Amino acid sequence: MSVTREEVAKIASLARIRMAEGDLDKLVPEFNKILEWVEQLGEVDTSGVEPMTAVIPQKLRLRDDVVDADPLTAGGRRDDVLANAPVAEHGFYGVPKVIE
Amino acid sequence: MPTDANSLTDLGVREIRDGVAAGDFSAREVAEACNAAVASAEALNAFIVATPEKALEAANAVDAARAKGDALGPMAGVPIGMKDLFATKGVQTTAASHILEGFVPPYESTVSQKLWDAGAAMLGKLNMDQFAMGSSNETSYFGNVASPWRKAGSNAAMSPGGSSGGTSAAIAARLCPAATGTDTGGSIRQPAAFTGICGIKPTYGRCSRWGVVAFASSLDQAGPMARSVEDCAIMLGAMAGFDPKDSTSLDASVPDWFGNLDADLRGKRVGIPREYRMDGTDQAILDSWDMGAQWLRDAGAEIVEVSLPHTKYALPAYYIVAPAEASSNLARYDGVRYGLRDLPEGAGLQDMYAATRADGFGDEVKRRIMLGTYVLSAGFYDAYYTQAQKIRTLVQRDFEAAFEACDVILAPTTPTASFPLDSLNNDPLTMYLNDVFAVPASLAGLPAMSVPATLTAEGLPLGLQIVGPAMDEQGVLNAGLAIEQRAGFTARPDRWW
Repeated sequence: MSVTREEVAKIASLARIRMAEGDLDKLVPEFNKILEWVEQLGEVDTSGVEPMTAVIPQKLRLRDDVVDADPLTAGGRRDDVLANAPVAEHGFYGVPKVIE
Repeated sequence: MPTDANSLTDLGVREIRDGVAAGDFSAREVAEACNAAVASAEALNAFIVATPEKALEAANAVDAARAKGDALGPMAGVPIGMKDLFATKGVQTTAASHILEGFVPPYESTVSQKLWDAGAAMLGKLNMDQFAMGSSNETSYFGNVASPWRKAGSNAAMSPGGSSGGTSAAIAARLCPAATGTDTGGSIRQPAAFTGICGIKPTYGRCSRWGVVAFASSLDQAGPMARSVEDCAIMLGAMAGFDPKDSTSLDASVPDWFGNLDADLRGKRVGIPREYRMDGTDQAILDSWDMGAQWLRDAGAEIVEVSLPHTKYALPAYYIVAPAEASSNLARYDGVRYGLRDLPEGAGLQDMYAATRADGFGDEVKRRIMLGTYVLSAGFYDAYYTQAQKIRTLVQRDFEAAFEACDVILAPTTPTASFPLDSLNNDPLTMYLNDVFAVPASLAGLPAMSVPATLTAEGLPLGLQIVGPAMDEQGVLNAGLAIEQRAGFTARPDRWW
C-alpha cells in the first residue's frame, strides 16, 4: 500500500505538525519506502496469536487512596508545575484565544 | 597508585570507588581530573551541558563522609555522565531536542537519584540522538557527536553510534569511567559496540522509567555503559530497583550482580541463532562471532545451535510499535506546558501546536511521529499495529523456545563497524538496519549486553552481544566477563580531540 501526497498531508495535520510543500516532497517517497518495507509483516500467519500487551507479565498496582500519598506528585505545587511554561499568567497556562 | 590527572581518568568505576575508600586519592581529585577531561574534549561534542561545580560538590560530600568515617555508597566518588534523557533537578534536560530547549526539571529521575544516593557525581548532560531516535548520533539538535575512534590513516569523523552516542564517546575518550544510557531498540548496545566499551540493557522494568523522557514506553529501559563488565555490574546494581512511581517497574529484589560475577561457564549452554547469519553482514563481524563462540567454549560452555525463526520480522515490527508509542508519547509537546512555543502572528491554538511542533522536532522525530500516527489511524490499526504486536508475541515465543535449549545467546551486536558521519543519514531505512541484531531482545524485554571483542582491519572496534532470559542479568554478565577475559581488548582511540 502506498500513500499519496494528500494522505501524508492529512497525517501531518492529525499529528499537528505543520508541513511546507517542500517537506512533503521529501517525506512522501521516504514514507512509502518505509511502508513498503513493513508490509512484509503481512506474510506472517498470526491467526490464533494474541497481540502482546505486556512484555513482562505483571499486575497493575493501585496506590493507597489517600490525599497527597506522594508529596512529590500531589497537589499544592502550582509554581513548580508552571515554572517551565512558555507563558504563565495569574497562576494559569496562557494560550491564544480559543473561542472566537 | 596513580596520582596524576591522566591516570585518574583511566580508572574504572571499581578502581575509583575502592581507591577513594582506601584513601589512595580523594573523590575531589578524580572529579577535577574528569572535569578537565570534559572541558578539553569539546571537539567530540559529547556533552550538551557540563556541570563541573555539581561534580565537585558531590565529590566533596564523599570526601567529607569518608573523613567522618561514614559508610560510602557503591558508586562513592565516581564521576559519571548523565544521558540528557534523564530529568535532573535544576539542570536543563532536553532529550537533545529544540522543543525542550531550556526545560529545567523541578524533579529528579528515579535512576539518577539512585546514582547520586550511591555516591556518584554528575559531570554533565550527555548528547544523544533526539528523543533517542537514531543510530548514529546525527539527529541531535545540538549537533553530531564524533566518535573518538577513527579509521587507521583517516581523519574522517566517525559515528559513536546512537542513540546513547554522547555516552559512548565520553567513556571511550576517558572523559568519564561510566555513564547512563537508555535502550529502546539497541541504543545502549550499538554505541557500546561502535566505541569498544561495554553496556547492558537489563530486563524491561528493572530500572525505573520515572523521570526518563518517554520514547516508546513498552520498550524503553535504562542501563549502564562503562569500560568493563564489572563496572557495568556495579552501576546496574545502583540503578535498578522497584519504583512505585513507574507502573511497569518490576517488584523484584536487586541481586548482587557484581559480587556474583563468575566467568566459569562449565555446565552452561550458549546458543548461536542461525537466523542471525544474514546477508550483508561484514565478514569481520562473522569472524568475531566465531571467535566469541570459541572463547565461551574455552570458558567451559557448550555451544549449541538455536533457531529464532521470526528474526527477520523483528525490525519491521519494531518500526511500527516504537513509532506508534512515540506518536502518543510526544503528543505532550504542545507549546503550552513546557519548552518551545511558536505562535505565528494572529494564530489560534491549533496553528500554535502545528508551528511549535514543526519548529521543535527534528526530521527523524517528525518522520516517526507521522509513521506512528498513520499506523494507529482508523482503518490501518489492525493491519499494522495489531499485526506488529502479534509478531512481537511470536518473537518472544522464539526466545522462550530457544532458552529451553540454552542458557544465553551469543550474537553480533551490529552488522557493521562504525561508519563515517554523514554517510547514511540520507536513507532512513539503511540507518534502521543498524539495529537488526539488537531489536529482537528489545521486543522481548530481555537483558542483553555488548562487550568489545576485537578491532577490524581498519582499526575500528567490534562488539559481541549476549542475550539472556528475563531476569537473568547475572548469566549475561557472566558470559560477558568470560568474553572480556579472553578477548583482552585493551585498544583505545589515539587522542586527536
